[in-house]
Amino acid sequence: MSAVIIARHARTPAERFKDAAWVAFVALLLGIPMVGLTTVDEGGALTVQTRFGMLAIFVGVSFAGRFIFRWIMDQVRGRRAAKSAVAKADRTPLAIRVIGWAVLGASVALPIMFSENRYVIDTATTVLIYVMLGWGLNVVVGLAGLLDLGYVAFYAVGAYTYALLFSHFGWTFWEALPVAGAMAATFGILLGYPILRLRGDYLAIVTLGFGEIIRVILVNWTELSNGPNGIGSIPRPTLFGLPFERNPAEGTQSFATFFGLDFSGMHRIIFLYYLILVLALLTNVFVSRLRKLPVGRAWEALREDEIACKAMGMNVTNVKLSAFAIGAMLGGFAGVFFAARQGFISPESFTFTESATILAIVVLGGMGSQLGVVLAALVLVLLPELGRNFSEYRMLMFGTAMVLIMVWKPSGLLASREPTIRLNKAAATGGEA
Amino acid sequence: MSATLLSVENLTMRFGGLTAIDDLSVSVPAGKITAIIGPNGAGKTTFFNCLTGFYKPTVGSVRLAHPKKGEMRLETMTGHRVARDAQVVRTFQNIRLFPKMTVLENLIVAQHNFLQEASRFSIAGIFRLSGYRKAESEALKTAAHWLERLGLTDIADVAAGDLPYGTQRRIEIARALCVDPVLLCLDEPAAGLNPRESAELNTLLLSLCREEGIAILLIEHDMSVVMNVSDHICVLNYGRKIAEGTPEEIRNDPQVIKAYLGEDDEETASGEKAA
Repeated sequence: MSAVIIARHARTPAERFKDAAWVAFVALLLGIPMVGLTTVDEGGALTVQTRFGMLAIFVGVSFAGRFIFRWIMDQVRGRRAAKSAVAKADRTPLAIRVIGWAVLGASVALPIMFSENRYVIDTATTVLIYVMLGWGLNVVVGLAGLLDLGYVAFYAVGAYTYALLFSHFGWTFWEALPVAGAMAATFGILLGYPILRLRGDYLAIVTLGFGEIIRVILVNWTELSNGPNGIGSIPRPTLFGLPFERNPAEGTQSFATFFGLDFSGMHRIIFLYYLILVLALLTNVFVSRLRKLPVGRAWEALREDEIACKAMGMNVTNVKLSAFAIGAMLGGFAGVFFAARQGFISPESFTFTESATILAIVVLGGMGSQLGVVLAALVLVLLPELGRNFSEYRMLMFGTAMVLIMVWKPSGLLASREPTIRLNKAAATGGEA
Repeated sequence: MSATLLSVENLTMRFGGLTAIDDLSVSVPAGKITAIIGPNGAGKTTFFNCLTGFYKPTVGSVRLAHPKKGEMRLETMTGHRVARDAQVVRTFQNIRLFPKMTVLENLIVAQHNFLQEASRFSIAGIFRLSGYRKAESEALKTAAHWLERLGLTDIADVAAGDLPYGTQRRIEIARALCVDPVLLCLDEPAAGLNPRESAELNTLLLSLCREEGIAILLIEHDMSVVMNVSDHICVLNYGRKIAEGTPEEIRNDPQVIKAYLGEDDEETASGEKAA
């Protein structure tokens, strides 16, 4: 491994050579069975033949490729270091990074390992929906410190926007996604305006009311939302226009026919899983980036001290509204996915319990922690699932687990906060001189 | 006598039946240190709140002769615009830092408006376009400059709330300086500092004023600070100005002595009780 570790100092040619030689050696080891040996069908019997010429080319290409790649990377890095005298914070603790990558790897590999197990993939999809919702709510609660008990309202707005756009105008999932996000953001701002002056408990009560208002409107405004009967037969998302159907319409292709596969119901399930994985990861990247921008720092500053923010010349109104709007938009995206996955939505899916669960995920995960949200979502979705066998004690188990976590880790599973920017001391003092 | 930077005229602030500031007129010269002193409850902090847009005065005007932007009426501006547009920046009596954020982050947040504009509604920021990167490294340079100046460089990456009280006071001043103030309003910057720290504060205030040309308005109880650094002192009592002048004049002013020590029997009794 030592060869591939990224060194911080400038590399000498000898070091680069050694690094490339290591890679070539690994390529040789891997290449002997994969490239060097091949089986040939000779008159009905399989015989093994060697292809050392091919292997030599393979190893040579690996060596040269590594050498050139390393050289380009060093150039890029050198230029980047020269450009900014001050280093950026990209030094998340190693343990967190390892866990993060492990979770990501596991979630990418999951459908491959359980490609026939619909239950596992369905549950994993549910976990990911909650992860995405958690990351969205994290903007409002974790970063901006505005306690929102009605987050499910934006989830509902997203879901209903898609359902209505489809049933009235025949919009597809991909067309409705951005519109639903914008719609949810608008509702976020609508909620944000009247409660700009509220804080803490009072804010929580109003957001709670807002969540209920949206649900009650959906139940009672039958002409718009079809009331408690909900809206059904919402189409599933397609892969670049390829539907996941057994019998595609005349003259069109489905996913299975296009790729020449046998139709399987699992294709769609796995596709939905990867779709929410991508949406959730995009959310994560988006929110992590925002956190390191002025707007993200302003959210955190707002959580820490609103009066000091004002004294620093910050327009607190804009900061609050942007937090509500972005959080709502992410909730809206998750809602669209939810509607597409279920194929049927009704106000019953958007009760206060949902808001409470999402909030519990954020609080349990550790306010503002992205990885914490993932772990908490796993705990909160999987615990009730595991408890299915002893269903009458399920909520009891759930409650006990939450109490225990709060006793052991009062500020959440992962509570440490990473600075958004660090000072490179050598560069700073050097720059001043 | 240098030019007037801030002129307050007939300022009155009433809270229901209570008149916290009563027909106060003060002028703050440019490039000098002006101190506001007075017994507890004299209306000093209320005066600050009126200047910096946290309160809207009942009566009166607050004019700032901004060196670049011309005359501004602070009493008509809301809280954040006083700091953003008029560059009148304040600190707080009970320190208000962003405790969980690092010292450096505190100083970067103070440059929010500059960075926010460079990030073009966060779009340039999300894609880290060169315009934004340049603005960010500029903001870092400003922050690094003030960190160095106030001796905070070594603790730049420590959460502000974990640091000792005296250091937090300095961080708050450094943060205010990052807003690029034309007038710096400090509300009891020496409160809770030990004698060595307040001596350092004196040096700092003098150098800010003399070298950077920043006008400073100071509320302070610590007379070792007030008398050593102020060019001009204004004494308030019960919301009224009772005296104004150089430190020497104030020290010998009978009105001031009376306000601080009390005069007749009744006043003396209550003064002793309070002490």
